[in-house]
Amino acid sequence: MKQARPLTITGGRLVTPDGVCDGALRLADGIIAGFEGPHDGDDIVDAKGALVIPGLVDLGVFAIDKGAFHFGGITRAALMPDQNPPLDYPARVNFIAKSGKPDMWVHPLAAATAGLAGAELAEIALMREAGAVAVATGRRWIADSGVMLRLLQYAAMLDMVVVSHAEDGGLTGKAVATAGEIATRLGLPAAPSQAEALAVARDIALAELAGARLHIRQMTTRAALDLVRAAKARGVAVTAGVTPAHFMLSDLATMDFRTFARLSPPLRCEDDRHAVREALADGTIDVISSGHDPRGPEDKRLPFADAEPGMAGAETLLAMALTLVRDGIVDLPRAVELLATNPARILGVKAGALAAGYEADIALVDPERPWIIDRRKMAASAGNTPFDGQPTQGRVTALYKGGVAVG
Amino acid sequence: MTSAEKSSVAGVPAGRYPAGALAFPHRDLVAIGRLERHEILYLLDEAEQWVAMNRGADKHTDLLAGLTVINAFFENSTRTLLSFEIAGKRLGADVVNMHAAQSSVKKGETLIDTAITLNAMRADAIVIRHGSSGAVELIAEQVDCPVLNAGDGQHEHPTQALLDALALRHALRDRGHAADDFTGLTVTICGDVLHSRVARSNILSMQAMGASVRVCAPPSLMPAHVDAMGVEIFHDFDAALAGADVVMMLRLQNERMSGQFIPSPREYRHLYGLSKARLELAAPDALVMHPGPMNRGIEIDSDVADMADRSIITRQVEMGVAIRMACLDVLTRRRRGVAGWGDAA
Repeated sequence: MKQARPLTITGGRLVTPDGVCDGALRLADGIIAGFEGPHDGDDIVDAKGALVIPGLVDLGVFAIDKGAFHFGGITRAALMPDQNPPLDYPARVNFIAKSGKPDMWVHPLAAATAGLAGAELAEIALMREAGAVAVATGRRWIADSGVMLRLLQYAAMLDMVVVSHAEDGGLTGKAVATAGEIATRLGLPAAPSQAEALAVARDIALAELAGARLHIRQMTTRAALDLVRAAKARGVAVTAGVTPAHFMLSDLATMDFRTFARLSPPLRCEDDRHAVREALADGTIDVISSGHDPRGPEDKRLPFADAEPGMAGAETLLAMALTLVRDGIVDLPRAVELLATNPARILGVKAGALAAGYEADIALVDPERPWIIDRRKMAASAGNTPFDGQPTQGRVTALYKGGVAVG
Repeated sequence: MTSAEKSSVAGVPAGRYPAGALAFPHRDLVAIGRLERHEILYLLDEAEQWVAMNRGADKHTDLLAGLTVINAFFENSTRTLLSFEIAGKRLGADVVNMHAAQSSVKKGETLIDTAITLNAMRADAIVIRHGSSGAVELIAEQVDCPVLNAGDGQHEHPTQALLDALALRHALRDRGHAADDFTGLTVTICGDVLHSRVARSNILSMQAMGASVRVCAPPSLMPAHVDAMGVEIFHDFDAALAGADVVMMLRLQNERMSGQFIPSPREYRHLYGLSKARLELAAPDALVMHPGPMNRGIEIDSDVADMADRSIITRQVEMGVAIRMACLDVLTRRRRGVAGWGDAA
């Protein structure tokens, strides 16, 4: 839907890359025109003191779930190739690229290998033509280092970022938990958390060799974060993401075999959780995404090891990120950078920031508004949230995609 | 008349446990980790009457007459299933066995649907074995009757730990030890601790009864951070045996013998097999236990397994029936309207 008339949002607290300031924001022709007051003939919305932030850019979701995305202030989502069938074929990518319009932009992530099997390169250049903005290894790590190197070299040639899953498959095997006291007490198949550092070390080395851009979608351990910190310091084009589960929860949440806390990578120990928070504070982590993966009872009402991993995270993404602001770990502009600016930059789309010339994807947010996360009352297609029952704060009160109100 | 009609146990000093249902206030038996020390003792004391009855000629009571007990085994079992079946039948219950191999589980029915189906058939107690840790608890949440865990994945096997404790108590009593807990004893558990629910339940129950527990396994079969459960970790079996009062051997599953976890059965036997010579390293008269079925000549030598004065392996099997009778009796008391145990459901 094209924006018919210019819209000026007044009375808001704008969260810009340069800081938070009171002012107006003018949207015209679907892009941010500037920060001057309303012109004659503009539609005017009074934000009444709400935060004005860019629509969130969710890098790495497993399902298109518009209701949940709009509830959570998400206007763009990069869809993982782990679909049925996988996004390893140009026509499928093309279909997905159009699937969210007009009120939600879906950026398909091309499968790195045919069938996501980790063996043969998929038609990445053709999928780029069809609308893929990046390449992803899927839920799994590519075990064959030769395949991974050729993938990174090829993606570098096409200037596409490679989104990887960092768990050494040989070490993880059929594990569903992190090796430690909790998994031992519960008798769950478990793998040492070093599986992440091993995968990250190799992928950084190969990306450096290939001159490729590498985005590690979920970083959850101290050892692996140290590797990324060091790689960034020497100029490697590596970025790191995380989902709220790994900065909010540890493996204690799996006691009583709660399958909503069955995630991939699995929840880690408390020390790793603190390492993630430190990495959010010092800039080692670039992206917070939802990992949105709604799963019904047929996937979750099972014994822990038999349940599918994943959480419905779109609705709680913003509220959980705002807890980092309240805890003094990041400030508001940095939170927006993690939720919108950085993921947009990694994907190469001109969105995710309140800056002239950027897409007019805007969310108005009441950062204090309290609500209780309730799996039975979610906008998502399933209520598998590990935060069920938890009181939280921060709600989107209005959302605009390309200058047009959503919902 | 059995003691089941009373709120305390015959021959046991008053005040040892709370009166009536407070002695065992749980609807289900899913994990030793959920039990208090006095609750474990209560089940052991309750089992004594069934040990006595099982040794007599008349092994039957009608205590559970009219009740239906379903043994739902989603994982193969011969011994545990038989033990539960005999226990239920000796108490007069109608016992039905459901084997996974014959069930609709193979047709894709979910575990929850199976649980709901069993519940709709109005079982009065369901005994469950399942290959996934936590599965029994999941079923327990879905049904209205008491649920007994007969082994869930690598998590717990509570009746095994209880029968082991009862067998050990009897063996100690035969030797003139009056104490009915295990304070001061050192128990060495050796074998595939990583994959063993028997080990987990026994660590918890032996500790609750006052024993100190050592675990011994190669690193590939040792769970991470198991020392957080308060046990001492050994990789050298000889060191783990030194001065031990009880040696509990675990079964090594066939599929784990070649390559993945250990190089070969004979190498395993070399490092971790319990031979007569090795047993000499333990305390004089140390007792030998094994949950069965044994791999003779691998984790335990035949001449050790068959030592009449040291091995209590067959006694463990005997106590298994008595313990399961006690559990079925105690958990169905509310249903049967036993005084002090709440109204009939």
